[in-house]
Amino acid sequence: MSGVRVLVGTRKGAFILTSDARRTEWEVSGPHFPGWEIYHVKGSPVNPDRLYASQSSSWFGQVMHRSDDGGVTWETVGNDFAYAGEAGSHQWYDGTPHPWEFARVWHLEPSLTDPDTVYAGVEDAALFRSTDGGATWHELPGLRQHTTGMEWAPGAGGLCLHTILLDPSDEQRMIVAISSAGAFRTEDGGETWTPINRGLHSDYVPDPDAEIGHCVHNLAMHPSRPHVLFMQKHWDIMRSDNGGDLWTEISGNVPSDFGFPIEVHPHEPETIYVVPITSDSLHYPPEGKLRVYRSRTGGNEWEALTTGLPQEHCYVNILRDAMSVDTLPSAGVYFGTTGGQVYASADSGDTWTAIVRDLPAVLSVEVQTLS
Amino acid sequence: MSEILVRLPGPLRALAGLGAEIRLPIAGTPTQRAVIDALEATYPPLRGTLRDALKDRRRPKIRFYACERDLSHADPDDPLPDAVISGREPYVILGAISGG
Repeated sequence: MSGVRVLVGTRKGAFILTSDARRTEWEVSGPHFPGWEIYHVKGSPVNPDRLYASQSSSWFGQVMHRSDDGGVTWETVGNDFAYAGEAGSHQWYDGTPHPWEFARVWHLEPSLTDPDTVYAGVEDAALFRSTDGGATWHELPGLRQHTTGMEWAPGAGGLCLHTILLDPSDEQRMIVAISSAGAFRTEDGGETWTPINRGLHSDYVPDPDAEIGHCVHNLAMHPSRPHVLFMQKHWDIMRSDNGGDLWTEISGNVPSDFGFPIEVHPHEPETIYVVPITSDSLHYPPEGKLRVYRSRTGGNEWEALTTGLPQEHCYVNILRDAMSVDTLPSAGVYFGTTGGQVYASADSGDTWTAIVRDLPAVLSVEVQTLS
Repeated sequence: MSEILVRLPGPLRALAGLGAEIRLPIAGTPTQRAVIDALEATYPPLRGTLRDALKDRRRPKIRFYACERDLSHADPDDPLPDAVISGREPYVILGAISGG
């Protein structure tokens, strides 16, 4: 029988939520790695029982874990993330050079074809790859060593590589996003990279045509159309129909064009989801109403999805990796909040229920559709 | 060969699946570096958790105590106190207390 497994990373451990395809009754396991920050947990699309988890702590540093039984048991794997060659420097908040220094793994992206290959997006921003199930990690240095690298500067959350999109039609093509450098694309498996930020406009960047410096919060892509990209930027929701060569704004009627995650419906490539958040220092939903906004037109025209979500006194945030979709016929949409709730919809967002309500602050939500 | 009694903080005991104290055989002169080298070799999940694996420096929120002394800033290649080398006193590794 088909079902789903929801992998939840929180400030104080990981949780695994499972259900059958009806998605009405949930079993909760965890906390796994209690007390540790779990930035991201993600499963291999080739072997769903192969999971990778990024576990970190300001006391004990970065630890990486792998499971081969769907999260029942875990083993530690390699945690050496050494930058290739001379690390050099990027720009610090005050404009001075700052040495590149590894802090943590923000995002894990398992290969679409090989369960032993997984990419890691790290802070300070760089892309690493393991081809041995996480035992060893090697940087793809062409990204960090891009000619603009010395000018990259951190956002409030650090200089983090937080989004990795793999093109299912071309394994040499990847797209990543870095706060606050922008989005970058490779067509040669990570050897060389092109900034893809034309059309982005950020009030804090004085040059309206700046090649880098944009605070991209998240990117999304439907696997059937890898050249159509959606972006939630620090301000503005954006779309590109040419793989990022040019972006156009699609914020339309959302009550705030600020937010973190963006997702695409699994069966409708023009249906996208965002969660508006009040910028810039508040970081909670406008009017205290938790609303997912859905566009069925690829942007510009948005509808608020509110059934089952709190519509008063709600002041949580939804972080960039904390939203995901399943691929069941009636599509499921999931997101987690900094208040510890994980909400699920089994009808493309029309109605919502909380699977759990009192977890630690949720950092990431990933969903696996199990056959 | 000395046998050093080591106490680890709770999160690292859980990470490595260890009890409150472990006895760690050390060949040669027992120093802080030798103890941590042996810990990482014997219990691979602990690699990089006490010191930055890339920079070989103590993680700033980790402290090393023995015989009522804070050895955190001592030369890691100095011999450990005699009472630790003889196994009468533990070598204590702990995380800085958080709170407020």
